[in-house]
Amino acid sequence: MTSATGIGARVLRTEDKRFLTGTGRYVDDLPLARATYAYFLRSPHAHAKIKSIDIAAAEKHPGVVNIFTGKDLVDAKVGGLICGWVVKDKHGDPHKAPPHPVMAVDTVRYVGDTVAMIVANSHDEARDAAEAIKVDYEVLPANVDLARAFDKGVPQVHAEAPGNLIYDWEIGVKADVEAAFAKAAHVTKMDIVNNRLIPNAMEPRAAAAEYDKGTGNYTLWSTSQNPHVLRLILSAFVLGIPEHKLRVIAPDVGGGFGSKIFCYADETMVCWAASRVGRPIKWTAERSESFLTDCHGRDHVTHAELALDKEGKFLALKVETIANMGAYLSTFATAVPTYLYATLLAGQYTTPLIYANVKAAVTNTAPVDAYRGAGRPEATFVVETIVSKAAAELKMDPAELRRKNFIPTTAFPYQTPVALQYDSGNYPPIIDEAMKIADYPGFEARRAEAKARGKLRGIGFSSYIEACGLAPSQVVGSLGAGVGQWESAQIKFNPTGNVQVMTGAHSHGQGHETTFAQLIHDKLGVPMDQIEIVHGDTATTPFGMGTYGSRSLAVGGSAIMKATDKIIAKGKKIAAHLMEADVADVVFENGTFKVAGTDKNVPLAQAVFAAYVPHNYPHAELEPGMDENAFYDPANFVYPSGTQICEVEIDPDTGIVEVIAHTAVDDFGNIINPMIVEGQVHGGIVQGVGQALFEGAVYDKATGQLVSGSFMDYTMPRADNFPSFKLGYKVTPCPHNPLGVKGCGEAGAIAAPAAVMNAVHNALAPIGVKHVEMPATPLNVWQSIQGAQRAAAE
Amino acid sequence: MTISVAMTVNGKAVSGKVEARTLLVQFLRENLGMTGTHVGCDTSQCGACVVHVDGQSIKSCTMLAVQAEGAKVMTIEGLAPSAEKLHPMQEAFRDNHALQCGFCTPGMVMSAIDMVKRHNYELDEATVRRELEGNLCRCTGYHNIVKAILAAAPAMKSAGV
Amino acid sequence: MYDFAYHRPKSVADAIALLKGKEEARPMSGGMTLIPTLKQRLARPSDVVDLGDVKELAGIKLEGANVVIGGMTKHAEVATSADVKSHIPALAELAGHIGDPQVRNRGTMGGSVANNDPAADYPAAVVALNATVTTNTGKHAADGFFKGLFETALGEGEIVTSISFPKAEKAAYMKFPNPASRYAMVGVFVAKTASGVRVAVTGAGPCVFRVKAMEEALAKNFSSAAIKDIKVSATDLNSDIHGSAEYRAHLVGVMARRAVDAANK
Ligand SMILES: Cc1cc2nc3c(=O)[nH]c(=O)nc-3n(C[C@H](O)[C@H](O)[C@H](O)COP(=O)(O)OP(=O)(O)OC[C@H]3O[C@@H](n4cnc5c(N)ncnc54)[C@H](O)[C@@H]3O)c2cc1C
Ligand code: FES
Ligand code: FES
Repeated sequence: MTSATGIGARVLRTEDKRFLTGTGRYVDDLPLARATYAYFLRSPHAHAKIKSIDIAAAEKHPGVVNIFTGKDLVDAKVGGLICGWVVKDKHGDPHKAPPHPVMAVDTVRYVGDTVAMIVANSHDEARDAAEAIKVDYEVLPANVDLARAFDKGVPQVHAEAPGNLIYDWEIGVKADVEAAFAKAAHVTKMDIVNNRLIPNAMEPRAAAAEYDKGTGNYTLWSTSQNPHVLRLILSAFVLGIPEHKLRVIAPDVGGGFGSKIFCYADETMVCWAASRVGRPIKWTAERSESFLTDCHGRDHVTHAELALDKEGKFLALKVETIANMGAYLSTFATAVPTYLYATLLAGQYTTPLIYANVKAAVTNTAPVDAYRGAGRPEATFVVETIVSKAAAELKMDPAELRRKNFIPTTAFPYQTPVALQYDSGNYPPIIDEAMKIADYPGFEARRAEAKARGKLRGIGFSSYIEACGLAPSQVVGSLGAGVGQWESAQIKFNPTGNVQVMTGAHSHGQGHETTFAQLIHDKLGVPMDQIEIVHGDTATTPFGMGTYGSRSLAVGGSAIMKATDKIIAKGKKIAAHLMEADVADVVFENGTFKVAGTDKNVPLAQAVFAAYVPHNYPHAELEPGMDENAFYDPANFVYPSGTQICEVEIDPDTGIVEVIAHTAVDDFGNIINPMIVEGQVHGGIVQGVGQALFEGAVYDKATGQLVSGSFMDYTMPRADNFPSFKLGYKVTPCPHNPLGVKGCGEAGAIAAPAAVMNAVHNALAPIGVKHVEMPATPLNVWQSIQGAQRAAAE
Repeated sequence: MTISVAMTVNGKAVSGKVEARTLLVQFLRENLGMTGTHVGCDTSQCGACVVHVDGQSIKSCTMLAVQAEGAKVMTIEGLAPSAEKLHPMQEAFRDNHALQCGFCTPGMVMSAIDMVKRHNYELDEATVRRELEGNLCRCTGYHNIVKAILAAAPAMKSAGV
Repeated sequence: MYDFAYHRPKSVADAIALLKGKEEARPMSGGMTLIPTLKQRLARPSDVVDLGDVKELAGIKLEGANVVIGGMTKHAEVATSADVKSHIPALAELAGHIGDPQVRNRGTMGGSVANNDPAADYPAAVVALNATVTTNTGKHAADGFFKGLFETALGEGEIVTSISFPKAEKAAYMKFPNPASRYAMVGVFVAKTASGVRVAVTGAGPCVFRVKAMEEALAKNFSSAAIKDIKVSATDLNSDIHGSAEYRAHLVGVMARRAVDAANK
């Protein structure tokens, strides 16, 4: 660390002041003169033919400006929404890609599918008019049940996806795995459901658009995690507005967790309609609309088997998963349960053989796509629950079984059987530290004490690995990704010495404005208050891929580091000229260029000034100006790892599970700002515990309605559901990026569900409960206890 | 039905024309352009909209603008004593990294101040967590929010606010 | 929300006149139920009569052996009232667990009781304490007041003005909150008053109900052991994603025993 605000320092956030004083600027906050307001009419049916849409009465409603339906888009030759990742099935054929119209034309396929857009002078008037639209539906049979999606006679969601199958994909050699199972001393089997989640970023999705008739330019403000990617999709595939005529701005965004990566129907419509309406259009989702139309997460049904030898060494893992895509393929939906899931099934272990088969299904539910962790929480849940189950069956200590199978620290880089090559890691000290913090040796005494109070206490481990920092472009390209996954940075000094840093990453809570400034400060010596991090506007930032997959620092931060190298290199030449020294003798230290062994020096600000006022300047060799761009394409993913230990207490009379303690020890490589990293872990843990204990999207099997469609029914984790968390760190720097950093944004959510559920199972094992499904709600736990008691009585 | 309303917001007299159905939060955001108060749900549960009306914390998404006729309303914009100085609760949120995306923050801060005062500046962790029942945050996991409120309580007391 | 005409009368008489004079007028107390309902466009009143300025409806008084609470009294006032805390602490405790602090700052006893949400907390207290609901037209005994799902004995243009709770010798309320909404999934109010022992259950069924078997057992022996074998039938109980009818029936037993233990403390 060079200073109190450099790399590694607990620097308070630059962005906080505006958020704390109510001066943040989110999409809905935009004052747009003469704005109109959009309201979307959504399908009330899970599956229906649209026989006709009558907008005549609605058009006459006070304040109505325009009404659009799917037919208008067909007439205007607007393209459909796309899925940007082509997954090839086990025969090498691309996945089925049923069309995804921006607004339904003749069929609606889930409750919430978009049917019409009403634009009016106020939100209330638009909504009033929407009620006057008459849609004649012919209701069709629907299927919202993932487990039944491939059964005979189940309603077909798309003619283009016979049998509701999008792909049947596999990784690994099945025969080799079967052979290993044949020789196993012990096989642990389990059936699990990875429950469907609704992201619920606290800021609902919103969009606003404006069209400039004079220039033909569109501006779209969107709650996007990746404005450049959104623009690319809208331009190249959906609306055909040339990229240079469309500016996408993602201003302050109130959380994303994946749900704001994708290109959605509503923002597409708002943008498209702006030129037709001739006035700015604003739209903000109501929360109940977010429940219906934001992409949901997870939703797998899995059968897994783990083969072990008699010492407890893992021989092979076999996984069969059905993954729900919802009614349409969202932007990255296909990749999540394949390349972001099955490739993680080695976990932290040396399991030599792994076979996974994933079948993706369409159902009459909202589209499912990446949600915090995307594929990796699902994989970690499979691996970490089956390992704990194996330990219980073999009467081994769960930590001991894990240690026995950890990839040895000397084995890195380590090639797993499922494509990934882990770059670095050191797992044993992590679990040791976690056990120390969690006082594992004292657990049995605590269990006994709880028992005396009539409570069942349990402890659970989860040792996760994740691959993040998405991603080496060549690798993802060969796997079907439609885009590269590098990141960009531009460092633009102003003549007066302050600096703007443009990044293609986007911050919606992660604190880039602080962390990235720390990098600049540390590397270039510019004071923090002289640094501005600019993000989220396609007009002012270089093309970049945005923020998801814990990539901003590892990839975006690395791009910034590359750009600082260029600044220093140029600065050295200018300084050499000013000091009349040889460039080779110039060093850069603490923000100043020096000639080693002399007292000659040129502060960076002076070199910058010379670059902009180049009166005394090496013109023959250098261009004026101090403005450098860099793109960074990572050599590999980064591989954060860690262990979480959860301790719960269950009230057997009510089934309530209380989290008593939760410990997380992580290896995120080098840490730039520990305060921000801790915040990411806390938030992740709560989302992970949320999945394990509280959250679950429920569609009614008979009607296809979303039963958990508001905070009244969908249990959001609240403050009183948690204790304070205990965190720890171990550091093995990433060997292949300039900062030595790994990602930290998703780890909490990836590891926590298994830790919690292992603790729940550990608590309930003494009374004979074999399995509780997530979320382990009081009802679920109570029913499991009843089941076990009935089984014991029989 | 169009109605005139007048109230005091952050110490300033304001007035405007609203419909009977206009919510207080809409009046603040749309009529007054004070967009610091947020809307995060439509079932009165998230707390992003919390403001103080006559000294009590309330959900401005569940109160009509006309109900605030003549009332003293305090919003997140009115807390800081000056452009340089923050309210001790704002300060504590910043010092403890109690915010990430910032969307829940205005409501959290307003609820937190009310809670500290109602408990006469003395709270423990369990009380803070229970008192946050009406405020959802999806980013922070609440850990640092709880820490911030516990730190702010004595600071508010000694600052006399 | 559909638009409506808004009124803010200063007296009960004016309020009643407004309510009776309009085609579809609705009284509003705290608005904590009415406004969310209007926002979802589930109701379309022509007029909303805000009772916020009606002074007669405010306040908590002691009248002989009763604590009388005005219809407009906020949950937060009940929770912190010295009178309620000293004479019926279980009622203050109950009020302190309705919704969240912001809801308690606006929601009222009159609104809650008039609304008779099957998951509301107050109805359990009204029935278990054998309270009397006073309206502009007369008095209703607790037992006949709550008629069914969102249905009460209130007639057109009749509003709750106050509720009179007899002081309790022993009382406690145990709430099992719905994990998502935090309304009562099962709430059991157990009370021993001058008129005997009562056990009232909210959240579990379509409307608050009494468990006579428990009342009889507790009248003989006011201890949780006395009711440990009394089962409530799941027939007619609510069932949803958070609780099956069987689970609710089971919880009634658990919450009742815990309430008795708490009342005995
Ligand atoms: C987030 C949230 C959580 C909540 N949690 C709980 C909980 O845990 N437990 C619980 O019990 N409640 C809960 N509630 C409901 C809350 O207690 C309401 O305040 C209460 O149910 C209604 O009271 P009100 O004064 O707000 O009534 P209003 O909303 O004003 O009115 C409700 C209904 O009663 C009618 N009405 C109002 N006043 C009268 C009157 N004096 N006479 C006749 N009719 C009248 C109205 O016309 C309307 O139909 C919650 C509410 C919210 C928003
Ligand atoms: S906006 Fe969610 S409670 Fe007010
Ligand atoms: S900081 Fe993002 S919701 Fe709380």
